[in-house]
Amino acid sequence: MNPLPHTALAAPVITTQPPQIDYALLAPLLVVFAAGVIGVLVEAFVPRPRRRAVQFTLAALALVAAFVLTVVRVALLPAGGAGLTVASASIAVDRPTLFFQGTILVMAIASLLLIAEHRHGESAFAAQAATVPGSEEERAHVLAGSQHTEVYPLVLFAVLGMLMFPASNDFLTMFIALEVMSLPLYLLCGLARRRRLFSQEAAVKYFLLGAFSSAFFLFGIAMVYGYAGSVNFAVIHDTVAAGGAGALPGGGPLLLLGIALVGVGLLFKVGAVPFHSWKPDVYQGAPTPITALMASGTLVAAFGALLRVFYVAFGGSVAEWRPMMWVVAVLTMVLAAVVAVTQRDIKRLLAYSSVVHAGFVLTAVVAASAEGLAGAMFYLAAYGFTTVGAFAVVTLVRVHEGGAESGDIASWAGLGRTSPVLAGSLALFLLAFAGIPLTSGFIGKFAVFEAAVSAGATPLVVVGVLSSAVTAFFYVRIIVLMFFAEPAEARPRVLRPGRLTGAVIGVGVVATLVLGVFPGPVLDRLSPAPGAGTAEAQSVPGGFATTADLFANR
Amino acid sequence: MSIPWLTLAIALPALGALVVALLPRERAELGRRLTLGVTLATLLLVVAMAFNFDPSGPRFQFEEVIPWIPRFGVYYAVGVDGIALLLIVLSALLVPLVVLAAWRERDDNGGTPGAAGSADAERAGSGNGYFALILLLEAMMIGVFAAMDVFLFYVLFEAMLIPVYFMIGRYGRGAERRRAAVKFLLYSLFGGLLMLVAVIGVYALSARSGAGTFLWADLVGADGALAGLDPATARWLFLGFFIAFAIKAPMWPVHTWLPGAAGSSRPGTAVLLVGVLDKVGTYGMLRYCLELFPEAARWFVWPVVVLSLVSIVYGAVLAIGQSDMMRLIAYTSVSHFGFITLGIFAMTTQGQSGAALYMINHGFSTGALFLVAGFLIARHGTGAIADYQGVQKAAPLLAGTFLVAGLSSLALPGLSPFVSEFLVFVGTFAFHPVPAVIASVGVVLAALYILWMYQRTMTGPLPPALSRLRDLSGRELWAVGPLIAVIIAFGVYPKPMLDVINPAVEQTMQQVGVSDPAPALGHVDQAANGGEGASE
Repeated sequence: MNPLPHTALAAPVITTQPPQIDYALLAPLLVVFAAGVIGVLVEAFVPRPRRRAVQFTLAALALVAAFVLTVVRVALLPAGGAGLTVASASIAVDRPTLFFQGTILVMAIASLLLIAEHRHGESAFAAQAATVPGSEEERAHVLAGSQHTEVYPLVLFAVLGMLMFPASNDFLTMFIALEVMSLPLYLLCGLARRRRLFSQEAAVKYFLLGAFSSAFFLFGIAMVYGYAGSVNFAVIHDTVAAGGAGALPGGGPLLLLGIALVGVGLLFKVGAVPFHSWKPDVYQGAPTPITALMASGTLVAAFGALLRVFYVAFGGSVAEWRPMMWVVAVLTMVLAAVVAVTQRDIKRLLAYSSVVHAGFVLTAVVAASAEGLAGAMFYLAAYGFTTVGAFAVVTLVRVHEGGAESGDIASWAGLGRTSPVLAGSLALFLLAFAGIPLTSGFIGKFAVFEAAVSAGATPLVVVGVLSSAVTAFFYVRIIVLMFFAEPAEARPRVLRPGRLTGAVIGVGVVATLVLGVFPGPVLDRLSPAPGAGTAEAQSVPGGFATTADLFANR
Repeated sequence: MSIPWLTLAIALPALGALVVALLPRERAELGRRLTLGVTLATLLLVVAMAFNFDPSGPRFQFEEVIPWIPRFGVYYAVGVDGIALLLIVLSALLVPLVVLAAWRERDDNGGTPGAAGSADAERAGSGNGYFALILLLEAMMIGVFAAMDVFLFYVLFEAMLIPVYFMIGRYGRGAERRRAAVKFLLYSLFGGLLMLVAVIGVYALSARSGAGTFLWADLVGADGALAGLDPATARWLFLGFFIAFAIKAPMWPVHTWLPGAAGSSRPGTAVLLVGVLDKVGTYGMLRYCLELFPEAARWFVWPVVVLSLVSIVYGAVLAIGQSDMMRLIAYTSVSHFGFITLGIFAMTTQGQSGAALYMINHGFSTGALFLVAGFLIARHGTGAIADYQGVQKAAPLLAGTFLVAGLSSLALPGLSPFVSEFLVFVGTFAFHPVPAVIASVGVVLAALYILWMYQRTMTGPLPPALSRLRDLSGRELWAVGPLIAVIIAFGVYPKPMLDVINPAVEQTMQQVGVSDPAPALGHVDQAANGGEGASE
């Protein structure tokens, strides 16, 4: 995009020579950011009774507009190239970015519908989060019908971070995106209306562990900067590819340390074993709509960033990081699957299931190929729809009318007889998680495993397949309970889905089936046509010279 | 003329399933009639297709190839050879009979001891659900036999588990049905996932030169995408497919899900499960294991033959020891599937023709056995052999059909399974005498388990508790009558089926690169002709 030298941090240059910024390419980010800021002002100026309606409308419009702009941007990309970089090459707008951003926005819209769902004046969020759980003050706020409409701007800021995370083209932007994404989420996790102690515990845990992982990430960035003399991915890529030529003499260990530490930070966000321990607690404690957002949007964003860092910046040292990813992938798939079998709470179970799925996507990361990228992207989109739908179902099953969600799986017995449509939808989502053909989960699994086998990681795929068999056991157990068991004594009360929740479940069902039966159009978009790489790649007949060419980076 | 026969035969029951599933709960009668209508229409369609099949024409007919997922080289490709055609006819024939047999199942679903009355009432109301599942299953069964694309085959192979899982777990009988359904699903899923690795492996290998493909026709053969495969790789891939098929078939030692699943199913479900679904396993061995990996198939001949022999003897011995009729019939099937795999891996023309024919005939005979046993259970509410005695005095028609079905199951000459069993023996003998001799033990044991069961349940004095047992009703006769007729007709004159099967078998043999052992050839041919002559 612009011919700035990348050998140093761009900041000094900016002051003397302001960069030209193509705002059209950044439009979705700007829209979401502006809506978040306006949301804060709405909190200050709009009267209390009308805030919720205004905030929801604003957030929904912003997300839809951002999605439309994302789709429009596809046309702005030059044909034949991977994409463009903007703002001093700190943001890359290429096909993976657009796909990840589009997916994140769709997931965010779906989660927003769940967040906005209200019945009898109650949302999923605490009336007043600052009150002590169980106190008189809390009761007073509940009776007064207080609500936290700040949730909407917070969600918008989190979404902004998610949109930026996979688009960042240097480590500093990526770190800022990580924080912009994480900070609102820490807060949102603590806002559950019911079981507030769990919720607050989740928030604290997430915050502490998240802060740790951010520190790892930052430290890793410092190491890589020490090695390459830049935080820009293209420069790091070139330095790594040149075997460290021009960098610090004997800096190899710096690079390895950097890869490991940056990897810890990213794998934490992804929730891979051994950095997964926050997931079950946080998923369980957070308000379910927020859990849905984290399980879909955050996961997609984190994998987007992971893919960009490892494919672009560290694309030249695949041999160094591949063993690490192998170990993490195997651990993730095996341990999480085994531990998930013992879970009794549906949200914890879905959390462990999310960890296992992260392991499956990692098998595609290991492939380090165009197929791996396409497979991971498809898998994430398919999984996102399914998981949002599944959490939407969870919000409807309550201990009693107006009570907390009934998380205990045992209490779901016989749900297939009392609410066949709802249980049927959840069964479909679970079958998709298990990777049964004719659902999107199967195509996703096929895509990532195929990429791994093509890259010679067959043993990894065998582990993945065995882990799938184990996970199938606990998905099937829920179906057995719902459909084959007699209804439990204390059977949960199933709320009639409101229009918003119903829409989310419906979209989840349709997406799960359509992506499972007609995945062709989506898959075709994901895999770049042969010869469509950058000029560098075209010199190599038959495809891409390196994984970095799949992304725009300079 | 290019009527998309196979697509129609798949789409018709699939649409029917959708309509029946959407019917309101109160319209159970309409749902049943609609289901029967759709299955009969499908049967007519399939029979019309069968008459359009030209045995002397190309091996695969009624082919349709449409790109499905271009990114992975996946096609919606269907087509049938003689074996697939007959299996499709078998499926289309059995389904309406199962629907007829299940017609009043909601009334006589008393086989759940100790189940709460309210639960039974609730289950009775879900009749449409069961019939919708049957229709869905029919569409998938026809699809899986017609698939000419490995990916399509795999998708249907796995997706088929879900309707069956619900048919056993939700609509089955007995307290054990939940566990049986889960066991069935997990066994099958495990096998299926191993197969998935192999399927991906096949694709990755086919992509070695140019774009990868799943099209069966592009993979097999000397100039196919899999030609020149490294033997070690081929053997691993063969195993991936074979284990999945062996679980499905089911073969010792991975058969343990079958007795529970069959014992906990409604009889109709058991008919489809054992009569058709398990054939997908043996069909898969013949079509996929052998032809995709000919070298590996030849290498694995002896291990598979040994496993088959164990299945034959083990299944038969355990059948003798069973106290429940449904479980007994399930174990006999383990034994019979041993014969089928033995025939396939004997790698002789007679063996494979016999095995292919056996798949069809076993569907007829075991289907009839399960149906009649189901009628009996529906009357008295229990499947335990010890609870019956002297039934033939109260219900002579029921006992008679049971006897014919039983005799066909033990391959009495004059009934259709005899021809196939005989061919398998001839083929195996030409391959090696020792396995043939061991397999013959299974025949003796078959007489034992069938006749002993008949003797215990049907003969002897009639206890007062059974004196008011109704004989077969008209509906039930219509359900089981066609099977008895087919068993006798093809027992006397098996030529039409053999004419359709033989070209396909010859092509398979050619593909695998084996031919009948030379020294025994003339002798065996004579024996085969003699055998058929005798049965005529």
